[in-house]
Parts: sequence; structure tokens; C-alpha cells
Amino acid sequence: MSIHSASANTASHLAEAPYSPPRARFWGFEYIPAERQLLHSFLSNWLVLGALAMLILLVFIAVFAHWVAPVDPLEQTLKARLTPPIWNERGISPYYLGTDRLGRDVLSNIIYGLRISLLVGFFAVGISMIIGLTLGLTAGYKRGFWETFIMRAVDVQLSLPLIMVALCFMVIFGQGLWKMIIVLAIAGWAEYARTVRGTVLSIREKEYVESAHALGFGPWTIMVKYLLINSITPVLVLSAVQVPRVIILEATLSFLGLGVPVTTPSIGLAIARGYQVLFSGSWWASIFPGLALMLLVACINIVADWLRDALEPRSREQV
Amino acid sequence: MSNGSLLSVQGLKKHFLLERTRLFGPRERVYAVDGVSFELQRGETLGLVGESGCGKSTLGRTILHLIEPTAGKIFFEGRDITDLKPGELKTLRARMQIIFQDPYSSLNPRLTVEHIVGDALKTHGLAGGGEVPNRVAAMLDKVGIHREKMRCFPHEFSGGQRQRIGIARALILQPKLIICDEPVSALDVSIQAQVINLLADLKKEFQLSYILIAHDLSVVNHVSDRIAVMYLGKVIELTTKKKLLTQPLHPYTQALMSAVPVLDPDKKKKRIILKGDVPSPVNPPSGCRFHPRCFKAMEVCSRVEPLWAEVEPEHFAMCHLYGACQPH
Amino acid sequence: MDRLLTVRDLKIYFHILAGTVRAVDGVDFHIDQGETVGVVGESGCGKSVTAMALLQLIPMPPGELVGGTAEFEGMDLLRFGSDQIRKVRGNRISMIFQEPMTSLNPVFTIGNQIGEAIELHQGLNPRQAEEKAVEMLDLVGIPDPRRRVKEYPHQLSGGMRQRVMIGMALSCNPALLIADEPTTALDVTVQAQILELMLDLQKKINMSILMITHNLGVIAEVANRVIVMYCGKIVESADVHSIFHQPMHPYTRQLLASVPHLGVDQGRLQEIPGAVPNLYNLPPGCDFHPRCAEAAESCQRRRPELNAMKPGHWVACHRAAGRGA
Repeated sequence: MSIHSASANTASHLAEAPYSPPRARFWGFEYIPAERQLLHSFLSNWLVLGALAMLILLVFIAVFAHWVAPVDPLEQTLKARLTPPIWNERGISPYYLGTDRLGRDVLSNIIYGLRISLLVGFFAVGISMIIGLTLGLTAGYKRGFWETFIMRAVDVQLSLPLIMVALCFMVIFGQGLWKMIIVLAIAGWAEYARTVRGTVLSIREKEYVESAHALGFGPWTIMVKYLLINSITPVLVLSAVQVPRVIILEATLSFLGLGVPVTTPSIGLAIARGYQVLFSGSWWASIFPGLALMLLVACINIVADWLRDALEPRSREQV
Repeated sequence: MSNGSLLSVQGLKKHFLLERTRLFGPRERVYAVDGVSFELQRGETLGLVGESGCGKSTLGRTILHLIEPTAGKIFFEGRDITDLKPGELKTLRARMQIIFQDPYSSLNPRLTVEHIVGDALKTHGLAGGGEVPNRVAAMLDKVGIHREKMRCFPHEFSGGQRQRIGIARALILQPKLIICDEPVSALDVSIQAQVINLLADLKKEFQLSYILIAHDLSVVNHVSDRIAVMYLGKVIELTTKKKLLTQPLHPYTQALMSAVPVLDPDKKKKRIILKGDVPSPVNPPSGCRFHPRCFKAMEVCSRVEPLWAEVEPEHFAMCHLYGACQPH
Repeated sequence: MDRLLTVRDLKIYFHILAGTVRAVDGVDFHIDQGETVGVVGESGCGKSVTAMALLQLIPMPPGELVGGTAEFEGMDLLRFGSDQIRKVRGNRISMIFQEPMTSLNPVFTIGNQIGEAIELHQGLNPRQAEEKAVEMLDLVGIPDPRRRVKEYPHQLSGGMRQRVMIGMALSCNPALLIADEPTTALDVTVQAQILELMLDLQKKINMSILMITHNLGVIAEVANRVIVMYCGKIVESADVHSIFHQPMHPYTRQLLASVPHLGVDQGRLQEIPGAVPNLYNLPPGCDFHPRCAEAAESCQRRRPELNAMKPGHWVACHRAAGRGA
């Protein structure tokens, strides 16, 4: 090796000890340190910790619903209808939070309903994310006709009211859990497409993307390895916000009778049924499912807010 | 056609269309590169110097086919590469590369150095999966980066180091021509010398040819064999660096030379201060593009565009002062 | 010449997540009336922070004024209250910045922006202020000032915007102009125009200039005295001839040797190995010793003090002290 390379080697030995922040490992792959700050701010914020702990508990309950729930939620025990919660003197043992008009256990319905909420939340958001990501990436990268076409589709999608879409879908295809998930996925992809397109537009002119062209990489490689990977942050933030939104939407649609079929336990359905007897004094059938929904959504929102703040690109102060 | 030269550019033009500003009529054009011709020999460094808006970066990228030329011809290693299909373009990429200006945005922040430098090897089929880390390590040694840092991300390196990684990335495919687009302007002064020396060493070791694009005349002068001066999309002078320094022909070159600050407080030189600012390449002046600011402008300069002529051996200029026959 | 500004032992630290950054760590210098002092150094050397500290433009958390004084017209600038310092800014001491593109407010006319300072500090009404603004535009060499004064920043080129900035800065006849990299973002021919303008105006109104830049050529052109900074400290301070012809600090010497000089055949440039260290991870003893070609044992142990090698020529280096001159 010539002396020149030797001196170049010494060059990198000397003085320069670049700041190597500790690598955070999260689910097996390494985060780059914008996310290390995330870990730090996370552990120091008790509210977020509490919310995440509660969320994990709720997920656990939902997953192991079969073992956790005291009673079969669909079982109607007519002689125990409208039993108040256990702490009331008329309360009966396995019905800890009381029963509804047809003797179904409120607590069990909440537990199984949570499962549906979470299922719908994650799947609907997952599917809409995949659709939206693909379309947004295509629009941002290809530009021209495809961009115009996709963006106008986004505009149309966002102007259609969800209830109307759900109604039409139900009329044509009927009800069902998976049909509900599809409806919600259709309602959600537009946000993703728009967000991803915006991010792709801002990074496609960067020099590292140009370098990918200069090295002869094909369009797919560039779209995935260079554009997509660098657009993940806003997608994560959006997902964290979409999940609670979709959960509430599912509850709303079920409340209106446009959601899951009546044979599937859902928090929205539970609220609807309890609503009918709310003002005659049997408050527990409606309020407890409502509170459970609120708790779930609040926890997700808290974690999502923290995630969004922590992932905001920080401008490095030049000293 | 080429006569043994590595790169031959003839009448190259690149115009950009702007967004519609009027409802009817043609869209406005940016005449970024408007008729450039030159040859580059093997092992030569051609410096391309000029101020903002002159089109030097666009020219570099057009030669590389990162931007499609509007008109003109490009010959590389004897082949006409002006109109190439995507498949042929890929093999070309391995022969011509580029080094970028901004070390902070020229590396993919989500890939490790190993991938940044090594992925191209796989795409071009030059190395199998297991061999790639070795090749990358060897290249990193050449540019002065520790091979243990192969698994690190770009943000863990300083600006100078990132620039070296960018150089390694460009070199791994063993190209013959490298376009260096302002390779040192974003670096600290004490690091610039390192990178300049590195480029010179690599040129000798790998027998490369460079087109060095920069606005800093001192850097260009140090590194180049010949220098081309650009103004508003045209090359207005081209010659060896010595001749450019001692006998600049074009008034713009003379003004440029005199504007460069001298690192000696005792040598106060007579400044040629140009009037006005650099005009926009959207509406270039008629006739000679430089005439509104030219301190030696003649009557003919506002009417007729001067021809590109070899005023002396190896010394080209585009100016009526040395005009060969022009049509009136 | 009268002393205009005396800065003593200025220390400004920043407290960030990774540690405490000693951005400015014991800086002493002075500026006399009518002279141009150039501050040269690379990124992180503290030159901008020093300048901004004089006008209290450093946000005080995370920044902290750990010590030092800046005596100007008999009072300490660093200890002024916010009302007092506002009377100084734009009035007695003005500042211009690097990016003319973003230094001007895009939604107001330039006449309005120049006039703002005039109205504020000189108590003129808007019409009179606009008249004065036209005068300023003429002074800074903008053709057709009456038309220009009603234009918006986006209608002007970079060079002209920088001239407008200079006009704004000089509108109240300041005693000191602080110029933070004023020509770095400009083309070299425009840079020549702006530097010529600044020198011209300096003569006209007998103003002092504190020119901050990393460009040694600009320093050679305009400065009377030069201060070289590295990692928040002054390493050498002398008149411009001594700095370029008899530099005593190894950093100054190596810096001058590593820069390409137009017209001088240098062969291979002498590089300075390594890179500028992180300010929260400084090497022990002298900051520069890991990269220094003349480093010795003593350089790692003690931080060198600024000593006068010759009258007016100060160097902070153990080796230079040993050498004598």
C-alpha cells in the first residue's frame, strides 16, 4: 500500500472519536439513535409507562379472553336479566359488572368485545397501511399521470362519508367481521397515501436517492430501500393515530347496527343494547362498555402522542 | 467522433420546462446547458468552474445520464451514449460515477456503510454475497475509513468521513470517469486538503479521469489539468490551467480571476468589479450572454453570439474580441 | 486609536443531553475605532457564538454565560437588561448574517424593513424613514433606489439582498458592525462587490467591523488584525501581515499550508490529519495536540495560555513559547 493510503489511515485514527451512541435493540433490529432518545424519553415519562402497561394488560385480557371472562358472552340467562354490578346488594356472583336486558354478562361482553376492537383496529389499519403505502409510493415516485390519478382517488375517498360507505357495502356484501375490517381499511388508506406521497416528494430529490440512480439500481430497489425506508417515521406516527380512530369507528358502526353482526360481541353493540335501558335506571349495561372503550382509546392515544413527539426530526443545534 | 478521448461532448443542451405561467403560448424554458462541446482524455482532470446558475452541475449530471439531454451528443469510450435504453444504461453506470457535494445528504441514513458501498457490487453482479464485505473493507481501507466501522450508520461519521464513504461508493465499481460535484465545498477547511489529496492519490492508483465541478477557483486550479469556465449554460473558455492563470482571454474569466481573494494581505490586486448580478438562465441576454456585464463589450456583442473558436493552440474562447469569422 | 470594545475572559457553555459544550472558553480580544478585526476558524470554534453573545442573542437555556465582560462605551454589554440591549442592537452595534435569502422578512417591502430600525431608534415618522431608506439603498450601491424601496425581497438577487442587509445594519450609523460569514453564500464575483462595499462604507462613516469567516482569503482582503479560534479558544491573535507571513501557532501554520493558493504551485497539499474534536469530548491539555505536527509531551498535560510573543502578537502554544519567536 502506498504511503498515501497509510497517511489516510492514520488520519482516521487520530483525534476523531465520533460520538457513538449506544445502540438500542428493539425487537431484534437496531434502531438508529433518533430512536434512542425515544427510549430515554419513554422511560422517564410515567404517564406513558402507565398507559403502555395498561395497554399490554388489555391486550393480554383480550387474547386470553376465553380464560379470563367469567361467562360465555352470548349466553342469555333470562332469569338474571338486568342484574346490577356485584357491589350492589342485588348483584349475583359471576356477573361482576351486571347483565343486560337479555341476561348477557356485561364484563364478558367487554372482554370479548375488546378482542374484536383490537382485531379490527390492527387489521384494518394494517391493510389500509399496505394499500396506502403502495399507492403513495407509486404516486410520489412515478409522478405524472399516476400521481394525478391516485391523488384524485384520494380526494374522492376522503370526501365520502364513512357511514354511507359502510351502508353501501353492507347492502351489497352483507355483514361480517371481515367485511367490517375491509370497510374500515377502505376508509383509511387515503390518509396513508397522501402522507407517504408528501414524504416521498421531499426525499426523492436528495442526493442519496440520486446516488442510487447513478449506481444503476432498478426502480423497485430505489422505491423500497431508499424511499420507503426513509418514509417510515410519518407512517408510524399516522398508524398510532389511526388505530384508536378505527376502534371508535368500529364501535360507532356497530352501535348503529352497521358493523359486526349481532352474534359477535362488540363494545359498540354492548353500548347500543345498554342504551335502550339506560334511562330506566340500569346504567351499568351501557356505561361500563363505554368506560372500557374510553380506557383503551386513551391508552393508545397517550402512547401515540409520545411516539409522535419523540420521532419528530430534531434540528441539531449548531454550536 | 472520438479520437482516443475518453469522453467527447458535442453541442450538448439541456433545457428545463417551467410550470405554465401563461394560459396560452409556449412554456418558459430554463436554458441550463445551452450548447457545450469539449473532449476529455484518459487520465485527465477537467475543472469546470462557474457561478450559480451557470449550469455546471446540470452538465455533469447530463453527461452521466442522470438527466436526459435535450439535444447534442455524448460519446464515451468511443460509443455514442446519447440515447440509451435502460438495460444498456446499467452497464454504463459501472463506467461513470459521481461524487456529491453534501456529505450530510448523500448517504442513505438508514443503511449501514457496508450496504451503502457494497450494494452496487451485487446489482452489477461483480461479487457474490460472501465476497461483498471483503471488497467493501478493501475499498474503505483505500479511502481511510476503519474497516470495523462497516456496520455503522452515516450519522456516526463526521463530514469528512462521510465524503470518503461517498468516494468509496463511487469507486467500488471501478469506473473510468468520475464527476466530482463540489466535493469539498461543504467541508471544513482543514479537511478539504485531506479529501483533495485523497482524490489525487486515487486518480493515480486507479488511472481515473475526473470532471471536477466547483465554484472555488483555487481548488479547481490546484487539482485540474485543464479548466473550462462556464457562464449561463455555455463554456466560454477552455484551456490548460497555466494558460488560464497567466493569459485569461475572456473578460469574464479575467473578472473571475481578479475576484478570487489572494491569501496575501500585501498583494492588493486591481479588482475588476462586474456590474450587476448574474442574470437568470430563463431569459438569457441576446447576442453574447455576458455583454450586459462586460467591461470590454462592443457594439456587435449585443447582436451576435460569438463562436467557439481555438484562439491559440489548446486555448478555446467564445468572445468577439478574438472572433474568427462570424456571420453578421 | 480609541478603544471601542474590550472583551475579557468570555465563557459561554451550552448544556445539552450529551454533556456540557464549552462553546466559548475564555476569550479575550478588543476592537479599536475604525479597524477591522477578522475572526477566523472552522465549524465549532465558537466564532459565531462569541459574536452573538455580544448582542445577547444566545438563548440562555441551554446556553449559559459562565463568565466574562464585554465593555462597550463604558458599560458591560453582557449584563444589560433586555431594554438596554435592545437600544444597542441595530443602533450602536449592528449585525449581518450569512444567508441573505432568509434574513429578510418576505412579506414586507425592503423600504419597510430598513425603515423599521430608523423609526425605532431615531424616532422618525414613516415617511421620513422611507426617505432615509432610499438614501441607504443609494449608499449601498443599489441602482434605481426609489423603485427598489417598494419592492419585496424575492424580487432581488442574493447580492442585492446582502446589500439591503448592510443598508439596514448601517441605517443608524453604528459604531460596530458584526458580519457573520457575510459572503459565504455568495458567488465569488458578488463577494468581491460586497467586500469592496463594506470597506468603502467603513471609510465613509469610520465604523469598526468584526468580520467572522472561515475563508482565509476574505480575511487577507479586509482585516487589519486577525484572531484565530479553535474549539472555543483563541489560539493566535496578531495583525494580518504577521498572521500570514509569520504565523506562530501550528494550527495557523498548518491551516495556511493546507489551503490551495491560486497561482502558487503547491504540489501535494499539507493536510491536517484527523478532524475537529467534539466540543464535549475534548482531548486533554491542548485541544489541537492530537493533530499537531509539532506536538510534544507537555502538550497533553497542560492547556496552553495566551502569551505575547511579540508586541501585539499573541499565541497559545507551549511549543511557540519554547521557540521564542
